[in-house]
Amino acid sequence: MTTSPTIWELLAPAPPGWGGVLLTGAGSTVLISLGAYLLGIGIGLLGATGKLKGSRPVVVLLDVYTTAVRAIPELILIIGLYYAGTDGINRLLAVLGLPSIEINGFFAAVMVLGIVQGAYMTEVLRGAILAIPIGQIEAASAFGMRPWLRFRRVVLPALMPNALPGMANLWMSVTKDSALIAVVGYQELALATRLAAGNTKHYFLFFFAAALIYLAITLASNLLFTGLERHFRRGQPLAA
Amino acid sequence: MDFSWISAYWSLIVAGAVQTVLLLTISVVFGFLLAIGLALAQVIGPRWLRWFAKGYCTAFRGTPLLIQLWLFYYGVGSFLPMIPGLRESLLWPIVREGFFFAAVSFTLNYAAYEAEVLRGALLAVPKGELEAGRAFGMRPFTLLYRIWLPRAIRIALPTIGGEVVLQLKATPLAFTVTVMDLYAVAYKIRQDTLLVYEPLVVVTVFYVCLTLLITRAFRFVERQVPIRR
Repeated sequence: MTTSPTIWELLAPAPPGWGGVLLTGAGSTVLISLGAYLLGIGIGLLGATGKLKGSRPVVVLLDVYTTAVRAIPELILIIGLYYAGTDGINRLLAVLGLPSIEINGFFAAVMVLGIVQGAYMTEVLRGAILAIPIGQIEAASAFGMRPWLRFRRVVLPALMPNALPGMANLWMSVTKDSALIAVVGYQELALATRLAAGNTKHYFLFFFAAALIYLAITLASNLLFTGLERHFRRGQPLAA
Repeated sequence: MDFSWISAYWSLIVAGAVQTVLLLTISVVFGFLLAIGLALAQVIGPRWLRWFAKGYCTAFRGTPLLIQLWLFYYGVGSFLPMIPGLRESLLWPIVREGFFFAAVSFTLNYAAYEAEVLRGALLAVPKGELEAGRAFGMRPFTLLYRIWLPRAIRIALPTIGGEVVLQLKATPLAFTVTVMDLYAVAYKIRQDTLLVYEPLVVVTVFYVCLTLLITRAFRFVERQVPIRR
């Protein structure tokens, strides 16, 4: 029996230590979160437009989507979507006469978290669009702007300051929700930590280290969003 | 869809629901008490206490609940047997259970979120009402529990309702530390019957009903004390 390794040996980035595994896990946590966040923004933009301008059935359908996602616990949603999603794709392939495939864990994680994010993002963006003075959009239409140009030049710059606080909250929650992906077995930071802790039996040390990494991600994102908000609010009166 | 298993597992489902509600109640009640302390510390505490409370809230809000839970269950849990006398004491049967660790980490986590809500609400109470209380000769403590806290809690009530629902949705995480809550029951049924979706659907219905119940209860309480605009 050799002497037990020190903290720094355990957390070393090279293989006898587990620091590298943790950092790789942190990397995939950030990547999953980014992917899900971007997908969420895409779904959110479509959803918000649909809710504001869509026909009656579209609005009802979107209401069901946002209400259901926000009422069901994230863990159940993630596990349900994970199995339903992979199962559904394979059944579709079977119908088409193609061999079934193993769904990439990263892809599945991004899809599942993105669908959850999309529901919240729809509400954030809908609120932000509603807060734009209608006259600004009408003025743009009166100038003969096409919908896309109008969105790019008028709606988007005007909605960003309203949407940013909500979007910042969603980013924070997706980085933390991505830990739930560990339950379905994709190795991001939470699962990597559990692996390291289980192998070395230094549970406290590794979970504490993981908590610090998550905290660092949160604090760095905080700085980023503060900067972004300052950028998008330039030219606005300070005491709004 | 095959729901023929429900009658066989009904008692297990109800037991799971009881565990879930128990976890929720414990974490909300104790978390709320802790949150009052943390919020007051941030608003009127001395500087070191203010920093501590701020740091606490940032740390618990900045890390995933799952990691906090595992840190307590696996990390702190591995140190507990080293405390002399604890294993022989009456507390041990409680302290060794996953439920204990889930309850503690959910409480601490809920307190952090709730403290931020209450801090804002405490600051939102109109100054004039506090000054009126002081003018009546109220001691700081009387002022706090007769005017400041009740007013702040009323202001925060809609947000608190939302936080309680969020907390309910966080409770399934307890299944990762061997608590037999609603979700764990669904998991067990899935393994027993090899049905993938049906148990999840039934459990989801339970969660949605609980959510509706909570929102109704808060709406009822809010209507008892109307707020003047």
